[in-house]
Amino acid sequence: MKSINQLSKNSIFKFYLALVLILVVLLTLFSCKPEEAKAEDIRVESKIQAQLTSPPFVPAPVGARKAANLVVDMEIIEMEGEMTGGVKYVYWTFGGTVPGSFIRTRVGDEVEFHLKNHPDNKLPHNIDLHAVTGPGGGAESSFVAPGQEKVFSFKTLNPGLYVYHCATAPVGMHIANGMYGLILVEPKGGLPPVDKEYYVMQGDFYTEGDYGKPGLQAFSMQKAIDEHADYVVFNGAVGAISGDNALTAEVGETVRLFVGNGGPNLVSSFHLIGEIFNKVYVEGGSMVNENVQTTLIPAGGAAIVEFKVEVPGTFILVDHSIFRAFNKGALGMLKVGGDENEKVYSGTQLEKTYLPEGSVIQAMPVAEKGKEPQNVPDKTLAEQLVHGKQLYAQTCFACHQSAGQGIAGAFPPLAKSDYLNADVGRSINAVLYGLTGEITVNGDKYNSVMTSQNLTDEEIADVMTYVYNNWGNNKTKVTPAMVKEQRR
Amino acid sequence: MLNSKLNLVLLTAIWFLSQQFFAQEQKEDMAYVKGGSYIPLYGADSVWVKVDDFLLDPYPVTNAEFLKFVHENSEWKKSGIKKLFADERYLYNWKSDYSLGENVSEKAPVTNVSWFAAKRFCECQGKRLPTLDEWEYAAMADEDTPDARVKESYNQKILSWYETPKTFENNVGSTFKNYWGVYDLHGLVWEWTLDFNAVLLSGESRNDSDTDRNLFCGSGSVGATDLMNYAALMRYAFRGSIKARYSIKNLGFRCARDAQSL
Repeated sequence: MKSINQLSKNSIFKFYLALVLILVVLLTLFSCKPEEAKAEDIRVESKIQAQLTSPPFVPAPVGARKAANLVVDMEIIEMEGEMTGGVKYVYWTFGGTVPGSFIRTRVGDEVEFHLKNHPDNKLPHNIDLHAVTGPGGGAESSFVAPGQEKVFSFKTLNPGLYVYHCATAPVGMHIANGMYGLILVEPKGGLPPVDKEYYVMQGDFYTEGDYGKPGLQAFSMQKAIDEHADYVVFNGAVGAISGDNALTAEVGETVRLFVGNGGPNLVSSFHLIGEIFNKVYVEGGSMVNENVQTTLIPAGGAAIVEFKVEVPGTFILVDHSIFRAFNKGALGMLKVGGDENEKVYSGTQLEKTYLPEGSVIQAMPVAEKGKEPQNVPDKTLAEQLVHGKQLYAQTCFACHQSAGQGIAGAFPPLAKSDYLNADVGRSINAVLYGLTGEITVNGDKYNSVMTSQNLTDEEIADVMTYVYNNWGNNKTKVTPAMVKEQRR
Repeated sequence: MLNSKLNLVLLTAIWFLSQQFFAQEQKEDMAYVKGGSYIPLYGADSVWVKVDDFLLDPYPVTNAEFLKFVHENSEWKKSGIKKLFADERYLYNWKSDYSLGENVSEKAPVTNVSWFAAKRFCECQGKRLPTLDEWEYAAMADEDTPDARVKESYNQKILSWYETPKTFENNVGSTFKNYWGVYDLHGLVWEWTLDFNAVLLSGESRNDSDTDRNLFCGSGSVGATDLMNYAALMRYAFRGSIKARYSIKNLGFRCARDAQSL
């Protein structure tokens, strides 16, 4: 009896012991994880000055760097800049650029933020960083008058790509004038290494004069309230990342873009023509989506996109709300150099005419009649060239490209163009009424459609003079009278 | 009896008129602003503010005028100022204590002056700084209306000034003369008011609807009043960001005086 009793007691004891052991093991297993995840408790060991960069560049990756006390010096500058050829605008900036300087941190950093409002500035400003956990994202603590400096600190708790912006009344106006940028919080150990990294941020602008109207353009509060944007651009101005300022990469490289959207109003359908994003950190957070064509970036939000470039060429960044790209400036370029890879992309293999119901020429909408100015004295060649260059950037550039080189197989070149130089009347006609069907330019066949352009005689004269007097063409001076002659 | 009563009334009237005349003559360099009531910012629960008649300098105080003041009151000179009364940027753009330097116009508004200095200057002239309500009241006027705030063009003009850099370099009188005969309330420099910090804007403007229901119910206001509120909001935001010892490049002042105290 006794021994049986003893036995059962023994087994009960053993059972409890096992239970306790399991509990301890479980506890240690689970307690490991939260301890590592708790960013708040990460110790900082050194004090370093943050490297800030102007777009489209980003500071060096954090890599294996330990969490640190990171000093950020950010200066606010109100300054005049150029929105597009001949159009000036007063930008309010973080660090003298739109978007503002890129800030790169890692989880656990203690950021000591110095916000300096330049004495020449007219207005008070502040900063709301979406990476901050705290009231107003720092806005209240950083409210700073012209000629003053404010300091506040925060710890980066959550990895991700975050927008920062000014939040001083009227908030919409401060954002609309360019007061936004990106702050990256990398995870411990950093993001996986890539070959190229760039910083691109979309913004919408509201001006008194419509798109392209020259001169200093004031901000239009009414248009902003109505959400009628005149400009939708990457990096603060039309052409900020195209032509000579295009982003670059080499075939075989992996490219990472930190893309933000400052707004103030519009949501971006960010797309890279001719590429598929291998990875998208959706909304700049931790969720990774793969094989994405177009990613939605909310106003006041961001995304990290990654892709490998397999073939050379020019790839166009757009907001795929596509009229913004071709009519309001939301267009950028990534130029990829290197060897062709015909396995991935062949180029044109065959071309022939296909005209099932005859050709139809599309026309651009014509504004009110009689806007043709009367008795305007003929411009000098120099004046024509200046005006023509602006018109070219607004009207022709998207297809014929920045130096008139065109796009092989699609849009014929205007540079050293035998077709253009052979017959000025025929060329004027093409601009006036469009052109369709097969033509041969410099030995290459093109079979594409050019739309009829809604331009005045004077504008056509200017832009064509610009084209004829550049890129190795025959220097014809086209006059409004010559254009008028071609009108039917 | 009736006659004597009439006489009394007449005498009183004559006395009153002469007083008025005397007053006008004495302060003819100041603009007379007839008082009234107005709502500082439109919104769901804004309150009416009453303003009594007052006199206001037609121009902001110039560098030349302030230089004269400094000559007469050396404790307010650039190098002599007590740290309590002005920060390091006090008269920063002046060459030295008693010299403006070549790049500073005598006729430009004096800026980089603290509230303490501005207040003292006015007191030495037998005047005072205008109150926030007085300043805003006078600044509602355009060339021909005492309250032009409902005009879209007027608000747009003010907003576009807020975006024009370096207007502090211009001379006083370079903007328009308003209904009351006052120049430069908009378009030149910000101006100190006696109680500039009476309305607190926390800097977190999206919260301010809570901190001051009377002034910042921006979300409650819609349509045509928005532009007007935006222009005013920027002034209030500016005032909310400053402290009395700050000396700012874009901030000057002018003086006022009670109409009755004459």
